[in-house]
Amino acid sequence: MYEILRKVKLAENIYLMDIHAPRVAASAHPGQFIILRSTPEGERIPLTISDYDVERGSVQIVVQTLGVSTLKLAEKEEGDSVEDFAGPLGRPSDFIYENIEELRGKKLLFIAGGVGTAPVYPQVKWLKEHGVDADVIIGAKTKDLLILTDEMRAVAGNLYIATDDGSEGFHGMVTGCLKKLVEEDGKKYDTVITIGPMIMMKFVSLTTKELGIPTIASLNSLMVDGTGMCGACRVSVGGKTKFTCVDGPEFDAHEVDFDEAMRRSGQYRDEEQRRLERYKDHKCRIGLDK
Amino acid sequence: MANIISRTPVREQEPAKRAANFEEVCYGFNVEEAAREASRCLHCRNPRCVAACPVSIQIPNFIAEIAAGNYQAAADIIAEDSLLPSICGRVCPQESQCEGSCVLGVKHEPVAIGKLERFVGDWQLENGSKEVAEITPNGKKVAVVGSGPAGLACAADLAKLGYEVTVFEALHRLGGVLSYGIPEFRLPKDRIVAREIEKVERLGVKFEKNIIVGRTVTIDSLMDEEGFSAVFVGSGAGLPKFMGIPGENLNGVFSANEFLTRINLMGAYAPELNDTPVRRGQKVAVVGGGNVAMDAVRSAKRLGAEAYIVYRRSEAELPARVEEVHHAKEEGIQFAMLTNPVSIEADEKGWVRALKCVRMELGEPDESGRRSPVEVAGSEFEIECDTVIMALGTSPNPLIASTTEGLERNRRGCLVATEEGATTREGVFAGGDAVTGAATVILAMGAGRKAAKAIHAYLSEK
Repeated sequence: MYEILRKVKLAENIYLMDIHAPRVAASAHPGQFIILRSTPEGERIPLTISDYDVERGSVQIVVQTLGVSTLKLAEKEEGDSVEDFAGPLGRPSDFIYENIEELRGKKLLFIAGGVGTAPVYPQVKWLKEHGVDADVIIGAKTKDLLILTDEMRAVAGNLYIATDDGSEGFHGMVTGCLKKLVEEDGKKYDTVITIGPMIMMKFVSLTTKELGIPTIASLNSLMVDGTGMCGACRVSVGGKTKFTCVDGPEFDAHEVDFDEAMRRSGQYRDEEQRRLERYKDHKCRIGLDK
Repeated sequence: MANIISRTPVREQEPAKRAANFEEVCYGFNVEEAAREASRCLHCRNPRCVAACPVSIQIPNFIAEIAAGNYQAAADIIAEDSLLPSICGRVCPQESQCEGSCVLGVKHEPVAIGKLERFVGDWQLENGSKEVAEITPNGKKVAVVGSGPAGLACAADLAKLGYEVTVFEALHRLGGVLSYGIPEFRLPKDRIVAREIEKVERLGVKFEKNIIVGRTVTIDSLMDEEGFSAVFVGSGAGLPKFMGIPGENLNGVFSANEFLTRINLMGAYAPELNDTPVRRGQKVAVVGGGNVAMDAVRSAKRLGAEAYIVYRRSEAELPARVEEVHHAKEEGIQFAMLTNPVSIEADEKGWVRALKCVRMELGEPDESGRRSPVEVAGSEFEIECDTVIMALGTSPNPLIASTTEGLERNRRGCLVATEEGATTREGVFAGGDAVTGAATVILAMGAGRKAAKAIHAYLSEK
């Protein structure tokens, strides 16, 4: 069992947890993910690592409640445990293998959306620790859904906020913010790294293609085992089938077939919705019994 | 041989009933049935069944003990060569091994060796002694990667020799393919698999789940930092193959591994108990003809589908166990033989609508000795379906080899190892599907035991 050492509500339906998993913490690198099961009957949930502390033996994850499994996880409190916690999985971000001097000469821009902000953090932090200042755009629908902005500000070169409703920072989508930075403010970027909802990554990719900036996307495909066994996470990259869990999760965004990836991600949506309603209904009735 | 009695029929769940549940199909022999069947053995002086058994179980000897009612003695005889009789009795391809060589089978029906082995294994799980002979620790640590049949067998033998053994399992449940692959209706998980694993635990073997060797730890960190003197790699062949035909990434196309893992490992067949969903198709086409294909198609049927096997050769070439094919037919599975998929067709929302196939005919025998199928020109047709499951075999996961210096793989991605299990890296041994590619439980178990011997020899010299 893996104890929840810390739990923080970051925004409505978004929670941060530090989970005790010393073996995972000791081997984790930026860009990798874990798979956890919160309860004995639970699904295996893949979540990108948002930070790790080797000394404390903890791995941080950020979860947004979407279905029954994530809801059950979010209902856990500090001191509770999750059933299983396996990782780190997937390949680390490519930049950790790059020559650090060359990396210092590059301008990197991270574009994060929603809970995707969480996995961007360890990457930017790693870069900061290695003397590389990366810029970051964080996008959210509205101010209240922004997460980890203070933490990010502490490690980012420049931090830009974009909200769809203009309640904070740039008024509009991250793609609009990106265009403004490049076309109006004259910023030059060698690489863009984007993590967030599939639809956002698709449009970031289209925009950077137009702007001629090489781009990496971290995909959050459906998975079961996360070790290459099931192939649920297959994605077309440059016309070839890849497994997100072992070949990724980071891919050349300009080569990814996002439309297929989005369609595949929705395969169990109806079923999940039914289960969610049943679970909420069940909880409601338990509540009434009290 | 005047009075040869007929092979004892085994009681099974009604086909119509079982095609809608996941409970075990075969009930196995009771004491009377086992005694009757055991009495059929001719006790050949030169038993061909033993020679045909991959681990050379002394078959006539254990059958004689069954006939005499000495079940513990029968169990002890099997235990000399096999660790997992309850499992192998259920999943071994007996018709091409022991039973296929039984002399009785020449003119009559062979002795039901598999069912007798299962009887002994189950008897022991139920009634056998749980006590473990005193083991003197020798102070040496060995790591075993994977808790499937190869790893379990290797771990058990090493533990008996006094080694401190830790088994590292990547998933959250032990058993490897016994847990994620083979369905409940063929191999009950709690009643059989978990209890066979308990036997290994009682020997003092430690199990660590959720450890992906190559990611969470590496072979090197286990040996250099955690004090393991040797490592056995029994990580199986877990990567699913696809055909590479158009439409394979449509919604509703799954690898058999995914489909079966959701059902078996995650318990998706019981949605009231488990949270993991699985696709319940109306009409499901399973491509392939092996045991995994049969497991997938029969699982789909149990989830309510009209289910098909689509196989490019003819029925005679089906690699699945005869019993599974027979059970599948009884359950109403339809077999589209000499049929090869060429593409998967989509509806307007990107879900499977049909499997486009061509008809095949058998030509000359290929290198496997089977007549190779040849396409019939202009024979394209569509099988309407909403789900396609690819059961085309698996290959070893490259993760361990790619993260371990000096561990060589062959062209097929399998670890290079000697007959005894020594790999190209000192102190690292391997066996089972990781070395052979997808094979059988009994071969993996045999390889695990051979490697245990080799590890013992290596560490005794060191």
